Amino acid sequence: MLREITIGQYYQTDSVIHRLDPRVKLVATIAYIVSLFIVNQVWGYILAALFLAMVIKLSNVPFSYMIKGMRAVILLLMITVIFNLFLTPGEVLISLWKLHITKEGLKIAIMMAVRLTFLIIGSSVMTLTTTPNNLTDGLEALMKPLKVFKVPVHEVAMMMSIALRFIPILLEETDKIMKAQIARGADFESGNLMKKAKAMVPLLVPLFISAFRRANDLAMAMEARCYRGGDGRTKMKPLIYQKRDYIGYIVLLLYLGLCVCVGRLLPVVLAAFI
Amino acid sequence: MDIIRSEHVSFDYIRRDEEGNVEGITRAVDDVSLRVKQGDFVAILGHNGSGKSTFAKHLNALLYPTEGTLLVDGKDTKDAEEIWNIRQSAGMVFQNPDNQIIGQVVEEDVGFGPENMGIPTEQIWERVEESLKAVGMYQYRKHSPNKLSGGQKQRVSIAGVLAMHPKCIVLDEPTAMLDPNGRKEVIRAIRGLNMVENVTIILITHYMEEVIDADRIFVMDGGRVALEGTPKEVFSQVEKLRSMRLDVPQVTELAFELKKGGLPLPDGILRKEELLEELRKLR
Repeated sequence: MLREITIGQYYQTDSVIHRLDPRVKLVATIAYIVSLFIVNQVWGYILAALFLAMVIKLSNVPFSYMIKGMRAVILLLMITVIFNLFLTPGEVLISLWKLHITKEGLKIAIMMAVRLTFLIIGSSVMTLTTTPNNLTDGLEALMKPLKVFKVPVHEVAMMMSIALRFIPILLEETDKIMKAQIARGADFESGNLMKKAKAMVPLLVPLFISAFRRANDLAMAMEARCYRGGDGRTKMKPLIYQKRDYIGYIVLLLYLGLCVCVGRLLPVVLAAFI
Repeated sequence: MDIIRSEHVSFDYIRRDEEGNVEGITRAVDDVSLRVKQGDFVAILGHNGSGKSTFAKHLNALLYPTEGTLLVDGKDTKDAEEIWNIRQSAGMVFQNPDNQIIGQVVEEDVGFGPENMGIPTEQIWERVEESLKAVGMYQYRKHSPNKLSGGQKQRVSIAGVLAMHPKCIVLDEPTAMLDPNGRKEVIRAIRGLNMVENVTIILITHYMEEVIDADRIFVMDGGRVALEGTPKEVFSQVEKLRSMRLDVPQVTELAFELKKGGLPLPDGILRKEELLEELRKLR
């Protein structure tokens, strides 16, 4: 079950999206997320869906792979939808006992569901097509101006990349510990939520211990390989903008422009026609 | 020339309580003096807690001797100025392959060391290519380390050290977590490096079969060097090794028992062929 989480994992293949500069992909992801929260019309979401579909098509990553990543966050999605559905005041559509589904609630719930789905798929496209090291390099380059304010940019970037590298390893480990405990009679499945949460405690303790041990080993291995922070470090894959990266930026700008047009102009145009 | 010169090196682990008062001192390495020649294949043997791993960490300046001096490539490991040069000339490979691979792609991991050293980009790529070829992992350069077998991961770790162009590689039980096939792969890669690239190898292990080709063996027990010599010399002393809770290679043990049973065999037989040859002579 735990191994199905694909967020933060790199999918090995070759495509235009894979070859794009990570800075382009980072900026594009952030811009895309912002665009999702700016548009609030059906046309806007259709545009966002088309854009996402195009990127996924270009990335050569199988769509099913991304859907698999969704499965882990479906609970979060459901909670958001249900809360919005029942707790938004407004014109009542259906009443179930003390709960009311309102017209506004329904609208917001659908909107949130679509937004979150696109947001998760959109950001997993980035992590699936960018190696963590590459991603770190991109983040580091984008955040470099913050160095003036004494922000430890390189260290933060390195920590993120290591965290991402260890996600699958720690997941595998969790799986192993779970199985070892199930074999000795532990019960993670039955009982209410409280009971299930309590059953996780004996899982977390060995997991934390092992994570600390790994961290210690890794720190030693990094030091043994002359790691001493970002100063004086060269890059194996330095970031240099290529022609395709400029094209990427242009495509992104076009998309954002269209979003604004759809949000602002389309209603006006439509109104003029009607 | 000696790449490693250890003069009366001792190391204490100091346990402290919460206020920082000394609770107890454990002497992990006790008066170790040894020399390793450039280009040699040296093995350090010892059971758990014999101080062999602690000593290995000294060679990479991860730990400093409490007493005595340790010179790596002529540089004192206590000298803070030289610490990065020492780590570059004496690379280190650890036991758990998962906990020493930093990159998410094989080639990025191998490039990590040279990046830290500030090598120009084009040269990093050259080094990565030649190191991966030297351990036979070049065709996996674009793979994720998570998908490799233990032996392959460990070979990537070795390539990562090799890309730093060390004079000497210290391997701290590199095969302890591997299956027999993985062990063979790694040992073959190590011996290839020693013979072809003339890199000094210091192999710390408790698998006896891995060390019969070593130029020199040091056996550690209770923090001290208890035995040293060529494999033949060391494995002739079966009883002494047993008293230190160490095994000898199977063939050696068989020969030893046969001799005890009355057959006039020489001491220190290490290989199957050797034993066969000796047995044939007896007929």
